[in-house]
Amino acid sequence: MALRMWASSTANALRISCSAAKSAGLSPSFSITRCFSSVLDGLKYAPSHEWVKHDGGIAVVGITDHAQDHLGEVVFVDLPEAGGSVSQGSSFGAVESVKATSDINSPVSGEIIEVNTKLTETPGLVNSSPYDDGWMIKVKPSKPSELDSLMGSKEYTKFCEEEDAAH
Amino acid sequence: MERMSQALSWVLLVLRDQGPVIRRFSGGGTVIVDKDTVFVTFICNKDAIPGLQPYPRPIMSWNSQIYEHVFDKACNFQLRENDYVFGNHKFGGNAQSITKRRWIHHTSFLWDYKIENMAYLKLPTRAPEYRLARSHTEFICRLKDYLARSEFIDKTISALGSHFSMEHVELEPSQQSLAADFVPSSREITMQEMEEALAELTSEEPAAYSLSK
Repeated sequence: MALRMWASSTANALRISCSAAKSAGLSPSFSITRCFSSVLDGLKYAPSHEWVKHDGGIAVVGITDHAQDHLGEVVFVDLPEAGGSVSQGSSFGAVESVKATSDINSPVSGEIIEVNTKLTETPGLVNSSPYDDGWMIKVKPSKPSELDSLMGSKEYTKFCEEEDAAH
Repeated sequence: MERMSQALSWVLLVLRDQGPVIRRFSGGGTVIVDKDTVFVTFICNKDAIPGLQPYPRPIMSWNSQIYEHVFDKACNFQLRENDYVFGNHKFGGNAQSITKRRWIHHTSFLWDYKIENMAYLKLPTRAPEYRLARSHTEFICRLKDYLARSEFIDKTISALGSHFSMEHVELEPSQQSLAADFVPSSREITMQEMEEALAELTSEEPAAYSLSK
């Protein structure tokens, strides 16, 4: 059972995450039996597979390549409106893939100052460009120290590897 | 244009027949359900199944292995893309909702159906590849043609028993067990909302509306 699920996950990784790596300007590095989802330096990562880029007092939030790869083709993104607030670890919206809706949890607390309206017409940006055009919300952090509790790129890479290996 | 025309046709049919429409909180496409539909829903904590990642494909793959013990090999049961099929005929559709700590996997089994109800379901814009542009009646099959209802239920419970300890409970929810502020996210779409959708669709595509009248 575990071998079949691993094979399925690997097949998805070969089909989707390598294209995401290309869109981020990275050269995909993979063997015929395994492909790792891309993880970008300079971002912080939550254990629920959201990323946050803190720049100039604004936090940009999205889901990681690992997450979009496992969720499959995204067909709808349910996001809140600007002006609302988010709390670290709490759900702020949902991503709907072909047969599943999955909560998106905010890695930081604060006020939502902008929402990516492109995702309404083109939800597939979450798959093709999870770290760039597929961003979801921009937040003015109310507790910037929360970022210290998140994982860096190396830590998150190891986290994903351990998560995939354990299943 | 075609997608809008399909949406318009569907809304017009629903308004004509005044059938109830429910928007469910889980994913998945549109299904027609009736008194014979068999629903099987798993509501699990994130770590309920050892070794199972809480993502759509792993959950669906795990779930399909339960039903491998329910159907005879001659039925050629399999999980095909996101559907449960006998051969290449669909008899079960899946939907999921995944949160941080729990997930739901829901299957609607097509026990029986009336051909006229399939008119509500046009060929979807997003169809599984194995469907090969077949019409609904060529694509789906009735579960009742493969085994008795009681046999399906008993065998499913037996298959589950090898994974979980089973306990029968009554389905009527206790009022005390529901939080006072609980608001179901699945809800019935009102006829007013359907009429508003019609108005919006016809304002965007007046030509299609005049052709479909």
